[in-house]
Formats: sequence, C-alpha cells, structure tokens
Amino acid sequence: MAHDVGVSGSTLSADLRVRRGDFDLDLALTVQPGEVVALLGPNGAGKSTALRVLAGLLPLDDGTVRLGRTVVEDTVGRVRLEPDERQVGVVFQDYLLFPHLTARENVAFGLRARGIARREARERADDWLARVGLVEHAGQKPRQLSGGQAQRVALARALAAEPRLLLLDEPLAALDAATRLEVRADLRRHLASFDGATVVVTHDALDAMVLADRLVVVENGRVVQSGAPREVAAHPRTDYVARLVGLNLLRGFAVRGRVDLAGGSTVTSAGHADGDVFVSFAPNAVALHRSRPDSSARNCWPARVASVESHGDTVRVALDGEIPVVAEVTPWAVAELGLRPGGEVWATVKATEIVVYPA
Amino acid sequence: MTVPFPVRRVARVAVAVSLAFGALAGCGGDDNAGSGSKGPSGKIVVLAASSLTESFTALGKAFEAEHPGTTVSFSFAASSELATQIEQGAPADVFASASPATMAQVSDAGDTAGQPVTFVSNTLEIAVPAGNPAKVTGLADFAKKDLTIALCAPEVPCGVAADKVFAAAKVTPAPDTLEADVKATLAKVTLGEVDAALVYKTDVIAAGDKVEGIDFPEAAGAVNDYPIAVLADARKPATARAFVDLVLSAGGQKVLTEAGFQLP
Amino acid sequence: MATVAVLFLVVPVIGLLVRTPWSTLGDVLSRDTSIEALRLSLMCATLATAVSLVLGVPLAWVLARGDFPGRSLLRAAVTVPLVLPPVVGGVALFAALGRRGLVGRPLDEIFGITLPFTTAAVVVAETFVAMPFLVIAVEGALRGADRRYDEAAATLGASRWYTFRRVTLPLVAPGVAAGSVLCWARALGEFGATITFAGNFPGTTRTMPIEVYITLQQDPAAAVALSLVLLVVSVAVLAGLRERWLTTSA
Repeated sequence: MAHDVGVSGSTLSADLRVRRGDFDLDLALTVQPGEVVALLGPNGAGKSTALRVLAGLLPLDDGTVRLGRTVVEDTVGRVRLEPDERQVGVVFQDYLLFPHLTARENVAFGLRARGIARREARERADDWLARVGLVEHAGQKPRQLSGGQAQRVALARALAAEPRLLLLDEPLAALDAATRLEVRADLRRHLASFDGATVVVTHDALDAMVLADRLVVVENGRVVQSGAPREVAAHPRTDYVARLVGLNLLRGFAVRGRVDLAGGSTVTSAGHADGDVFVSFAPNAVALHRSRPDSSARNCWPARVASVESHGDTVRVALDGEIPVVAEVTPWAVAELGLRPGGEVWATVKATEIVVYPA
Repeated sequence: MTVPFPVRRVARVAVAVSLAFGALAGCGGDDNAGSGSKGPSGKIVVLAASSLTESFTALGKAFEAEHPGTTVSFSFAASSELATQIEQGAPADVFASASPATMAQVSDAGDTAGQPVTFVSNTLEIAVPAGNPAKVTGLADFAKKDLTIALCAPEVPCGVAADKVFAAAKVTPAPDTLEADVKATLAKVTLGEVDAALVYKTDVIAAGDKVEGIDFPEAAGAVNDYPIAVLADARKPATARAFVDLVLSAGGQKVLTEAGFQLP
Repeated sequence: MATVAVLFLVVPVIGLLVRTPWSTLGDVLSRDTSIEALRLSLMCATLATAVSLVLGVPLAWVLARGDFPGRSLLRAAVTVPLVLPPVVGGVALFAALGRRGLVGRPLDEIFGITLPFTTAAVVVAETFVAMPFLVIAVEGALRGADRRYDEAAATLGASRWYTFRRVTLPLVAPGVAAGSVLCWARALGEFGATITFAGNFPGTTRTMPIEVYITLQQDPAAAVALSLVLLVVSVAVLAGLRERWLTTSA
C-alpha cells in the first residue's frame, strides 16, 4: 500500500444492526487505514444497506460506527452524525454527478460546501482531475462524459472532499466489459493511494478480487466468510462463494483423507483434515465417462446429466445424483459421450484435485 | 359582486308584499277577464339594478303567486353592466335601471319596447358601520384623508349621483376605493373596512343592523330616477308587461317605498 | 373534439381582435389611466411573483420532502385558493387582514397599519390567489427530482441549505420557472380578490383587469382595447420566457 506521507487515516470499526421488514442485517466490520475491504454478496444480501448506514443515509437500529476516535453513530449513546458531518465519501453506483455542474464544479463541490474559496477549490479540483487523467474534460457537463470518465470524476469528487472513509457502491457495474477492464486497474491504483479506510460493495467476484485487500462475503444480512481474496477463492465456505469462484463445494466428515459426504457417498482426498470439512474441487477436475471406468481414480460415482451449457470454448455439465457437482468438459467430449439432459454417466475426480479444509 | 342581503330583511319585505297584495288578489279575476284568456305565462328574465335586489325579489315572488305558471328570474348588477349585457344580446325581458342615462343608452339603441317609465327614485345616504366608529356627521367628512372612504366608481350610476352631490356641496372627496357597484360599496361598510360610504338609502335599509344611515341635505340635489322598460327582444312580452304593471301598481309601489325608495 | 376545444379556446381571442377599435386604439392606450393601470399591474404581478417565490419555494420543499403528520392536510389547505372563487378569497383576506380581521385588527391597533385599499393589498390579494400555482409546480418538480443527488451532496459535506441552493434548486429550475410564469400570469389577470380586498382606485389599486371591467360599464370599445393590451403583454412574456427555456435547455 502506498500511503501518502504525513497523513494518517482512521480505522473504521462498525457493528451494524438494521431491521427493515423481514430483512435484517447484522454485520461487524473493521477496516484499517489504507485497507480496501470488499463487501461481496448476492443482490439483496444487505451490502448496499450496510453502505448506506455507514454513509449516514440510513439510521442504525442498533450498534455503533466509529472512525478512529470519532463516534459517528452509537444507538446506546444516542450519537448520530448527519451524512454531511461524517467525512465519509461515497462513489455511487450510477455516480450521481450533478448534471447541471461541470466536471470541475462537481469535483470542487465538497470543497465549496466546506467554505473553501472558489479559486482554491477550483485549483484543487483541477489537481484531482489531473490525477484521474481528465484535465481536458474539466469544463464538460456529466452528460458529455463517457461512462469510464464519469466514474473517474465521481471518484475524484469523493476523494477531493478528503474523506476519512471511502465507500464505493458497485463502482464498475455501470460500465461495459471493455471499459471495465481498464477502469478496474485504474481504480485499484487510486484506491491504493488513498490512506483512509475503503469499503467496496460489489456482487462481482472479479472486481472484489482485484480491488480489495480483504473480502467480506455477506449473505442474508450476515457475514458468511471473510479473508484475503486468494484464501476465499481457494476455500469457499458457501455455495454462493463456490459458484462465484467457480468451484464445486461439498460438506462432509473426514477421517484421514476419507470424507463421508452428507449424501452418503465417500470421496478420498490427498489432503489431511479431520472432522467437519468442506470439500472443493474445480469443475475441470471432473472427468466424465460413458461407463464405469477402471482407472486409478478412487473417486468414482454414477450421475445423471441435469443440464448442458456452453461457456465459451468449454461446456459446463451439471450433474444430479448422489454427489451433485458441475463438470467442465470440451465440446468434443460432449459429442463423444453423447451428453444430454437425462443421460447417465460416470464421474471421476482424482484425489489430488480435491481440497479438504475444516468447516 | 353582490352581497347576499339578510334573510330577515327578505322576510320583512315578504310580509309587506303579502299585505300589499292582500286586496289585489281579490280583483285578480277582473284583471284576467279584461286581458282575455291568455294571461301571463312562462319564464321572464328581469335585469335590475343592484339596489333593487330585495324589493324586486319580493315582487317576483308575488308575481309568480298571482300568475301560476310564471317564473321570474333576476339578474342584479350595476345598471351600466346590465346595459352592456343587453347590448351584447343577453336574453332578457325587462330592464330596471338605477339611472335614466343608462336606460337612455339602451333605449337609444332601440333595445326597449316603447318608452321607459320612471317607477321610483332613490336618494343617497351616508352609510357608516354600526356604531359609527369614525364619528362621521356629514358630507364634509368625506374630504378627510385619514378616513377610509368607499364610493361608487364614476362609471356606474351611484358614482354619478355621488359626484353630483359632492359638486353641489362643494366637497372634494378623498376616497380610498371606487367600487364597481353599489352593493360592493355597501359591503365594505358592512365588513367595517371603511369608515363611510355613499350609497342609496335603500341599501342602508337593506343592510340592517350592521350599517347606520346618516341623512344629509345635499342628497336632495341628486335624486336618482329609476326607469323600467320591457325590452325589444323580450321573448314573453305580455308577461314582461304584466310584471312592469305590477311594479307600477299601488301594491308594487308600496313594497318599493317600504324598502326606502321614493315615489317619482 | 380536439378541434372543438381549439375553436372554443381561440375564437373568443379572435373575437377580441375583431372587435378591437383599431382607429381609436392609440387614444385609449395613451390615456393616463390606462398607462397607470398597466404599470400598476406589471409591478404588482411581479412583486406578487417575487413574494410567492420567497415564500412558496420553501413551502413546496416542505410539502415535497417533509415527513410529518398532516402533510396532505397542509397541502390541501395551501391549495384551497386554487379552487376558491377569487371574490371569496378577497372576503377571506378581509377576515384575516382587514381592519377588523384576525391579524389586521392588532396590526391596525398596535402599529396603525391598515392593508385594505393600498397597493400592498393588491400584492397580497394577487399573491394569495397566485402562489398556489407556483407551489404546486415547484412541489411537482421536487417530487420528480432524484433525491439521491441530495444524498450525494450530503456525503460531500454539504449542509441542507447548501444542498438546497446548489443542487436541489438548480435541478428543479425548469419547474420553478414554469411555476413563476404561471404565478405571474395568474397575478396579472387577478380580478376578484383584488377588487374585493384592495378596492379600486386609480394609481393605487386599479390594475388592468379592473380598469377593463370598470371601462366596460361606460365604454365597451375602450375596454376591448385595454383587454388587447393585457393579452399582448401576457403572450409576449410567455413567448419570451419560453424562448429562454428552449435556449438554455438545448
């Protein structure tokens, strides 16, 4: 992390509980200065609610939000700073650049709102626009900017106000795939130079992996997994995470490499873990056969094809049966095996491909 | 801009009407026999000066009672406004004006059937709110700038009459508002928003307890004649004629004098 | 049916043009009373619009954004003047601000201020009748505006007032402009409440519509000529503003 010299950020420590109808959010979150944490989760998991609560746009029902030594909100102590008193910058999903102001005026807005003189605010805004590479667009209105440009203006606008906490809500969701790639790399660079705590809300695993130092996976208002992106990607702990990172995930009970699965089957792993475990392996580790193979693979079971879907130059085959998994095979294999929904096949996975870790 | 007159007042006028026509009803048969089998019938529209509101409403009821099958509907407004309406072709049968000049405007244009007849006259009176808070005593008070004064606009008959009395009294009035008709002028007094106004005696009587009238000698110099005429375009000329006859009859005149009008 | 509607709306205006005594038009319009009335009308309508803006925009904000019990009741109350016959409005103003009114009596007794029959009364009457037009227009614009812009401003450290001035108001500017024009046009044409509450006195309270009405009593042709002036002024202002909107929104 490249921190700006001489400026020390504040740690965010939040304990959020919000109830809205039959949905409730219960989330504890600590983000160090300079750290980027991604709140990753499916739609409706409560991650945007968490972001709005942190920004002060939604009240907490119960809990606290602290920024460094500042108590931003505390339901017991009856403290609640308004959004404009929090020094929390937000990059909204659709940016919400003020349409009647130029890019420069948008970026200068936070400074002007704090009473900084027009000229100085303007200079600092131009400085920020230069940092995000948009100097020549300073005089343009938001509707004249491309999606990627608008995203960068939104980021500059949030950062120019010198927030102690930066929140980004699906920062790349509004961009097309090509722009996304470029903006994602830029965004990572800018976030790395920000010395405060950063929280990125996203449902896109790749965005989360690239942008964040740490992932916090939220489902149904609860944290289901957290850790470094590599750790989360390697050891998914819920079906949602497994799907996001493209792994098959099973639960079982292990005794010296032999795992009894919940469905009654047994698989063998090269790994060593005992007790309640997760079992994961990549779809392309699953081999399919028309009849029972007599290979060395100890993990071998009959299955029925549930669906066949083409994904680029591979084909994903969902299997029903005692061990429901997804296999990834070549189109050639599909033809060779005559795979179609309802068909009977045999699946094998090498023990060395199977990762086992404590649940 | 007419203000509803007190219900109590209508009741009183109605009593007067029934008394006035008590005798008349008895000889009604003769009248009908004299005018042949086709008596007054149908609906007539009477356009009348605002100051006639109470008395004509009562006369209309009496007329309908005397001639079953007839309906008399009224439109009360400033005579000048009514004249404009007639000129614009408003469907009406009778016009009763508060000013000969306004009537002349209509008859000169050939809009009346026959010569208009003066049926009553009215004189101006000073109207002050109940209790006379500004202690107004005479026409001279109208020149005081610190009093709030309402007069009729010079474009309407009551304003013309007011100008005449001020000229006669050699008083230059200092009005705060020039109202579009006499009822609007009176309303300002009734509401207590002005200290004094110049309106017709009949209006002061009609306003009841809320307004006090103060007579002044110069009023005699501006007696205002009220002419009435059947209109050339009347759709029911016979009925219209019968209504005018009623207004001119002894009974009609009694109702009008009760309301504060004078006989011509 | 649309044709009938157009005819219904346009023919009276054409009638006015046909009836206009073009030969004496100049005389009628150069009369001191006409010029005085027109000047008074323009001044009072503009003042009424200014007052409506100052008071009505915050009110519209409260109605659109406020979250308190009885808000719909409040909206109904402030829009009553829209449906109230203007003459009744004038009487109501007497009840409130007349010499014997709820507020007018203490005003008169303590400060010696009486409102009726003054130019201020004209402005009050016009404001009373016209402000709801502005409030409704601005409230509609505020409801249509995306509140998330306000949230974005707040996260940038902007106070409510700063946000209102720099974000909310500019975003609803077209609505405010439309409301102001409606308000001004309504104030310019105001008759009933004005003649009731402010009376009619040349130079002080006799606005153009009252001048037309009074002139109609004696000289219908002149009244038509005066009406034409009112028509031309209204159309000119509407057209002028429209032009401006189009150029600024392009």
